[in-house]
Amino acid sequence: MEKITGAEALMRALEHEGVDVLFGYPGGSIMPTYDALYDHKKTLNHILVRHEQGAVHAAQGYARVSGKVGCAIVTSGPGATNTVTGIADAMIDSTPLVVVCGQVGVAMLGTDAFQEVDVVGITSPISKWSYQIRRAEDVAWAVARAFYIAKSGRPGPVVLDFAKNAQTSLVDFEPAKVNFIRSYDPEPDVNMTDIERAAKMINNSVKPFVLVGQGVELGNAQQELRTLLEKADIPCGTTFLGLSAIPSDHRLNMGILGMHGNLGPNVMTNQCDLLIAVGMRFDDRVTGNLATYAKQAKIIHFDIDPAEFNKNVPVTLSVLGNCKETLAAVTKLVDTSKHTAWIEGFKPYNEKEYEKVIDRALHPKEGPLLMGEVIRKVSEASNNEAIMVTDVGQNQLMACRYFKFTKERSVVTSGGLGTMGFGLPAAIGATFGAPDRTVCLFVGDGGLQMTIQELGTIMEQGAPVKIILLNNNYLGNVRQWQEMFFARRYSFTPMLNPNYELIAQGYGIPAKTVIERHDLDAAIAEMLATPGPYLLQCAIKEEDNVLPMTPPGANIDEMLLEV
Amino acid sequence: MEQNKGTKLYTFLIYSENVPGLLSQITAVFTRRQVNIESLNVCASSTPGAHKYTVTANCDEHVAKMLTAQVEKRIEVLQAHYYTDDELFINETALFKLSTPVMLKNPDVGRMIRFHNARIIEVNNTYAVVEVTGITNDILSLFDTLKAMDCVLQFVRSGRICITKSRVEHLDEYLAVRESKKLAKANK
Ligand SMILES: Cc1ncc(C[n+]2csc(CCOP(=O)(O)OP(=O)(O)O)c2C)c(N)n1
Ligand SMILES: [Mg+2]
Repeated sequence: MEKITGAEALMRALEHEGVDVLFGYPGGSIMPTYDALYDHKKTLNHILVRHEQGAVHAAQGYARVSGKVGCAIVTSGPGATNTVTGIADAMIDSTPLVVVCGQVGVAMLGTDAFQEVDVVGITSPISKWSYQIRRAEDVAWAVARAFYIAKSGRPGPVVLDFAKNAQTSLVDFEPAKVNFIRSYDPEPDVNMTDIERAAKMINNSVKPFVLVGQGVELGNAQQELRTLLEKADIPCGTTFLGLSAIPSDHRLNMGILGMHGNLGPNVMTNQCDLLIAVGMRFDDRVTGNLATYAKQAKIIHFDIDPAEFNKNVPVTLSVLGNCKETLAAVTKLVDTSKHTAWIEGFKPYNEKEYEKVIDRALHPKEGPLLMGEVIRKVSEASNNEAIMVTDVGQNQLMACRYFKFTKERSVVTSGGLGTMGFGLPAAIGATFGAPDRTVCLFVGDGGLQMTIQELGTIMEQGAPVKIILLNNNYLGNVRQWQEMFFARRYSFTPMLNPNYELIAQGYGIPAKTVIERHDLDAAIAEMLATPGPYLLQCAIKEEDNVLPMTPPGANIDEMLLEV
Repeated sequence: MEQNKGTKLYTFLIYSENVPGLLSQITAVFTRRQVNIESLNVCASSTPGAHKYTVTANCDEHVAKMLTAQVEKRIEVLQAHYYTDDELFINETALFKLSTPVMLKNPDVGRMIRFHNARIIEVNNTYAVVEVTGITNDILSLFDTLKAMDCVLQFVRSGRICITKSRVEHLDEYLAVRESKKLAKANK
């Protein structure tokens, strides 16, 4: 057998796993691997980012829309530490990633060598698996195991710390296949007793309510969910990450759960008699005060991660497994049913929220532009078929509230970590993960500047990201909390902004600014009609608030409709 | 929630594959949940390739359950369970280094050593080394007594080791199930 270097072995192992896109940035300790990459440019499309944080967020965006494992490759030391935010983000949002970091050679490990950092030590607590490859012989096995772990069970990020000597030494390479690890069971058998109990509870329920999480998308169980909802006639609410698991306009989709969600689903959470949570983790932004959360209801929790059961909310029944299988099994046993009166009960709350909040956000008669109207117009102009990427802040909350979804896997947002700077690179990744779809990024003036260097990546790749900059000249979300909870003391939230059109021009990206309401439709149409990237800056009302809102720690059904 | 039921000393028995770096992953789970580890013992288990961690910590049962689940979630952990003392055979070892001149002056020191079934394993005219095995409270009570007699030069107590009273070997059962799953998968 022909001997190859560990670096070349990595290339072949990645190809063997079906990798076609890599986001990365070179440096000393990963140079042998970049040298090998030079011969694989045809099969492994390497996207040079402008900062390693961007590589990981781009890999996240790629993974979220494609359902495949996202890949990032960086050098040791500062290259590796720059990936930490993205890894933590992918961990809490269950995004499958393989991040390869260069490392100094094993002979120098532990000596405080140049650009040596304890990558496994740093990333172990924030990754699903973190492993140091010390010998070229381990490359095939480690890569196969990394991909298996990243994508199976509850997905997550995996880190491979690739020592330089392992990149350069020679090895007989044969691709490995890992589909079993003794200590790890990502495919638990469906327990039919639990399924029967769940079906019975659903059949006995008069006021059932389903909470839809990202697990439905991760398990590709969108159709199974719909079949259950429609057969048993159960209304549902979604988390942010579960938004596109069911079409926005589906008859049984009652809206968004949690702090900035919709009034109906939050109120009804505390009125239902059966709460059925699917692939979600009862985050505090979803539950509000746990002491009063759904106390009247029995709760069934469907999840693939046993560590989520009873973690935040004690449940009556936990159903372990991939929800694609468990939902299908339960659906077979549930009665065809009608809950017309119960579903009608959401209506007054929807109407109240529409009148007090939504109508004002979407149809203002005068004054500066509002985020809600911009977002809904972009959504509709793209036929509600686009991928929505967001940054973090008011722009994110408003985008999740007012963008509409008709297609699966259309939400890319940083849910659990709330990482400002996520949006721009994640949107780049999304254009590679779903090249045939329109990718719309909603980003604030604060968050855009956290990873603004990735405009360089957009320029170089011609990545068709439609950037909608919702510029309110504030760190708006923090300002809103200051207004509501800190006596309007705007401590370091006003911001002097640069000329974004000029910046876009510097990168050769077409740009336009909209100030007047009557210019908005045309500007959106122009943005969507322009091939490639585009920056549309919207001058947004400076002191607007995201409503309704459950104040932190308050009961989830006690939403404020006005400040 | 069960969180307010009050804390108790729980013993966690954790089995893992023999890979480096797992200890810090396991202790990190406890630290994150703000639980102090009281004692820790790590060694190879009777099952080839499997390591056994014995961890004691004070917490309430809800937290014990969550810790167990979070530890088990680490890829290379085979199994984790938590126990109360009545479910276990428990042992600890302690070593005392005692001052020989004080021992010679005070006959109560020797009496206490015999009373606790402790064993003298070395004596010279400067110090004596005494070994005792038992449960934490017995060992600490001997320590308190000897300390009060002003003869303790050094003291060390091992982490708890224990064996379950259950007639079921959970690890063996788990491994058997996994082995059959592996075969089923290979045959597919
Ligand atoms: C990396 C990071 N730093 C700080 C925060 C805290 N934070 C949350 S929202 C926000 C303001 C965001 O401002 P901007 O990007 O302009 O968005 P807006 O809320 O105005 O739409 C801040 C500072 C964060 N989420 N992430
Ligand atoms: Mg802003």
